Amino acid sequence: MGTKQIRLETNLLGANNMMAVKNRRIFKEAGLLVINLMSSPGSGKTTLLEKTIEQIQGYINMGVIEGDLYTDQDALRIENKGVKVVQINTEGTCHLDAGMVEKAWRDLGEENLQLLFIENVGNLVCPAEFDLGEDFKAVILSTTEGNDKVLKYPLVFQKARVVVLNKIDLLPYVDFDLDAFERDIAAVNPDTVVFKLSGRTGEGIEEWTQWLTKEVGRVNL
Amino acid sequence: MHELSLMAEMMDLIRNSAAQNQINRITRIKLVIGKLSMALPHSLRFAFDSMAGEGIFTSAELLIEEREISFKCPHCLEQFIVEQPFLNPCPFCGSLDTEIATGRELFIEYYEGDSVYGHQADPSGD
Repeated sequence: MGTKQIRLETNLLGANNMMAVKNRRIFKEAGLLVINLMSSPGSGKTTLLEKTIEQIQGYINMGVIEGDLYTDQDALRIENKGVKVVQINTEGTCHLDAGMVEKAWRDLGEENLQLLFIENVGNLVCPAEFDLGEDFKAVILSTTEGNDKVLKYPLVFQKARVVVLNKIDLLPYVDFDLDAFERDIAAVNPDTVVFKLSGRTGEGIEEWTQWLTKEVGRVNL
Repeated sequence: MHELSLMAEMMDLIRNSAAQNQINRITRIKLVIGKLSMALPHSLRFAFDSMAGEGIFTSAELLIEEREISFKCPHCLEQFIVEQPFLNPCPFCGSLDTEIATGRELFIEYYEGDSVYGHQADPSGD
């Protein structure tokens, strides 16, 4: 038998994308809003979730899937707030994929949820490439990281429906150029919604949760 | 950063397809990788070489075509190559509504192989 050429034209992320489509259908049927939350390590993802829970508890039934390389520390923080949470430990993998989320969703076993946050592994690069089946991606940048990250890691900001600038209470102490940040965000992704807040002091949290509440309300319209 | 898992996925896809096509020795693989795909060709090669070892991939040559980042203008429909995936006004009409056209590719275009007796199990089952 001679050499055969087989044209595959198959995406290397095809298996993940198919699983993401399946997740999206499951989430839609369950009538919930799913947000894929991405950022660098230490930018305040879990703190933002804690503050968000404090504001919306009693109004919106929320669940969380936590992604980290190791430990269940973040899941415990969320659980302490009285919210159903499942921890995924990727044990070295730099991102969550749709298969991990599908399993975590089954483990969560929560019906009647309206809002599901998926806190991705802290990393501004790889998580952006993996569709999890979410409604949209949200990115947190903190003032201590520097305003230059928007142009240095443009893809994650391009794919984000919403960008949260966290730790604004530290603006007087760090060299974060707010004007440059706003200009660069507008250049990279003119359609994105930007919130400026502090998870520590609570400043700006209310605007964020009001917006979130509206988004949850839109799901079943 | 996740080149190893991408290559593992590629090898699974080809292994499955090869079994269906009675191929038990892969001689060539052609990948198309956009410069915005977050996958680095030299890391992909390293990952492939690390895993090719014994079996159907031992003598496979990995070809990688890198695609440039290009933007397209929705108004004058021109397409142009750029360096960065942002702040790329159309050089023809000046519009700022330009969008990414190429650079995100990450796919196996084709693979080539043949059937060799005595090399792994005979796929015909004889």
